[in-house]
Amino acid sequence: MLITFQSQAQEQAAYQQKIDGTKLSFDMQAIPAGSFLMGSKKGNADELPIHKVKLDAFWMSKFEVIWDVYEPFLYRDYEKSNSLTPVPPQVDAVTRPTKPYLDMTFGMGKQGQPAIGMTQYNAIQFCKWIYMRTGVFYRLPTEAEWEYASRAGSADEYHFGNDASKLNEYAWFVSNSEKKTHPVGLKKPNAWGLYDMLGNVAEWTYDEYKPDFYASLGKAEVKNPIAVPDKLYPLVVRGGAYDDDAKLLRSAARKASDPSWKQIDPQIPKSNWWFPEAPFVGIRLVRPLITPTKAEIEAYYNKAPIADY
Amino acid sequence: MTNNKTLNERREFLKASALVAGGVLMSGYSWAGVNSSVDDTIKIALIGCGDRGTGAAFQALNTKFNLKLVAMADAFQDRLDNSYKALSTKFGAKVDVPKERQFVGFDAYQKAIALADVVLLVTPPGFRPMHFEEAVKQGKHVFMEKPVAVDAPGIRKVLAAAELAKQKKLNVVVGLQRRYQTNYRETIKRIQDGAIGDIFGGQVYWNSGGVWVKPRTAGQTEMNYQMRNWYYFNWLCGDHIVEQHVHNIDIANWVKNATPVSIQGTGSRAWRTGKDYGEIYDNHAVELTYADGSVIHSQCRHFEGTTNRVDESFQGTKGKVYLSANNSGILWDHKGKEIFSHNTKGNANPYQTEHDELFAAIAGNEYKFWDAERAANSCFTAIAGRYATYSGEIIKWDEALKAENSLFPDKLAWDAMPKVLPDANGLYPVAMPGKTKVLS
Repeated sequence: MLITFQSQAQEQAAYQQKIDGTKLSFDMQAIPAGSFLMGSKKGNADELPIHKVKLDAFWMSKFEVIWDVYEPFLYRDYEKSNSLTPVPPQVDAVTRPTKPYLDMTFGMGKQGQPAIGMTQYNAIQFCKWIYMRTGVFYRLPTEAEWEYASRAGSADEYHFGNDASKLNEYAWFVSNSEKKTHPVGLKKPNAWGLYDMLGNVAEWTYDEYKPDFYASLGKAEVKNPIAVPDKLYPLVVRGGAYDDDAKLLRSAARKASDPSWKQIDPQIPKSNWWFPEAPFVGIRLVRPLITPTKAEIEAYYNKAPIADY
Repeated sequence: MTNNKTLNERREFLKASALVAGGVLMSGYSWAGVNSSVDDTIKIALIGCGDRGTGAAFQALNTKFNLKLVAMADAFQDRLDNSYKALSTKFGAKVDVPKERQFVGFDAYQKAIALADVVLLVTPPGFRPMHFEEAVKQGKHVFMEKPVAVDAPGIRKVLAAAELAKQKKLNVVVGLQRRYQTNYRETIKRIQDGAIGDIFGGQVYWNSGGVWVKPRTAGQTEMNYQMRNWYYFNWLCGDHIVEQHVHNIDIANWVKNATPVSIQGTGSRAWRTGKDYGEIYDNHAVELTYADGSVIHSQCRHFEGTTNRVDESFQGTKGKVYLSANNSGILWDHKGKEIFSHNTKGNANPYQTEHDELFAAIAGNEYKFWDAERAANSCFTAIAGRYATYSGEIIKWDEALKAENSLFPDKLAWDAMPKVLPDANGLYPVAMPGKTKVLS
């Protein structure tokens, strides 16, 4: 088992995370600690009230997680055959998704394209697999972390301002995507070096979707807010996707997961792992600057899935 | 006793009784000497209580009709228990299956079928011919999952039962759910009305990453192991060309409005070669040649980490079409101009539509569905594909349909032996083109 010692006073910088024993890696951008105003007056009521949020520092993946990195987690034999050294036993033992019956790329392509259609449980188990592979704790962003990173210091509707006509330079969405996902990193990044935060695919957060959550936080500045989920639906995805319009790509726009995303799953219980009708949702990773305790990490990864009837 | 009277007989009785009672059915009226089952409730039995079977029962009970699940059957106690728990939690009183109407074992199906008006046949496909034959013999309406058989003798049994079901006017819906999906119905209707001329070619695919594995457990009998791991044994599954790819092959037959006369192809076990994977291949590429000379190419494989594809394309004399399960249905002319594109948003769930339409017909006393023959033909197309890839021979439809080689075990019991057994290393014999004989 790899042990990474994380000094809390460490200078935070962007880095590349290599996955030992493979040719795979992914890039992480440093997101500084700070405060921001969360929410917007130009969207739905669930974006109100605008409230002050204070966050600790973290890293966030520069790109959405791509199939290239995700597939060794999905396919055990594929992982073995594509590893340069034997797969460590603790990695081999990770609970893996059931193999999807359908083509989960939906014909939109795979290489360099965002992995899609996974449930939040699936996304968290992927984080666990990365942890087992690297010894570094990765998790999903909280909703507040996601919006903070998306804004990258901007109080406007988009990280580049309020002019939606500029979206074409920064995002794949309904006007330019030809109804499909695109390889990550082809559009311009935001000020913190994050690509495709808006559009391409919406991204999982950890939070339960509560339309009145902001109102429940009170007037004072709130530190590291999170609506810890205790049910299967609705959970929050953020950022809008290739088939969404400009309004849904705003930094403050919130979208809730829905049972209809699994409508055509013919089995009962329905899959804990896949949404056959949500090709618009993917993953972006977060690593907190301060690594939680081993017990906290295990609690995060080992939450049992809620059966879906 | 009226217990075993059919739904129609019960209705006739109700009507007659209502006339006796002055044309009014009085609530709370007690029918002297008449069993309380004399009512309009449609009684269903679930045969095969796995995740798909439980899903089918959910869909049936989700329809707007007056249904009750009255019997359940499975080879395994644990499968039945889990299914019962999920169903009764969700549907409460609509699930009326006390212990004495829960049947476990290889013969459980007969007892459960006897108690219902409509049966859901959702076991592994190897048992379907036997179960379907019994359901029709007992005069029941049927929903059954695909495939409906895994070999030629099984198909012949289904075709015979399909004929009898027609004579008895029993509704039969088969879970080739694309037949119940709006994009397929609308687009293929346009093709059959001539929108892209005569279909002379096409490509149908089910390329995916494979399915589940249930490793052998200590003390498990061979029969138990194969039943638990049914996907990897042909007597139960028919190989994935039959079990999954039949969906896409069925679209080829639907679009052609015909079945192929000749089938040839190639396949193998390229990487899924270990002892966990029984005897089936992991890839098949097959050509379906129809009487008019047109050829449809079919491809299915279970490879990890490759490019996947599950859809259907066809070329006609005036244009081409693309179809897929995610509600796509697009027609183009040969200049690339779109003639028609089905709206992919907001479509109904075809798995639900199957049951909505079946139970609407049954509740309305109508005979509207006779899917069994059509489904048997598409399943046999897929089986002939397996015959072709396993043998390396050109398979003629008419000749292959007469084949006598049944894959079914001689005896069904937990301590009995299936026909295909592992060697000393735990590996199963695998078909070898040029050596394997499939029709004798």
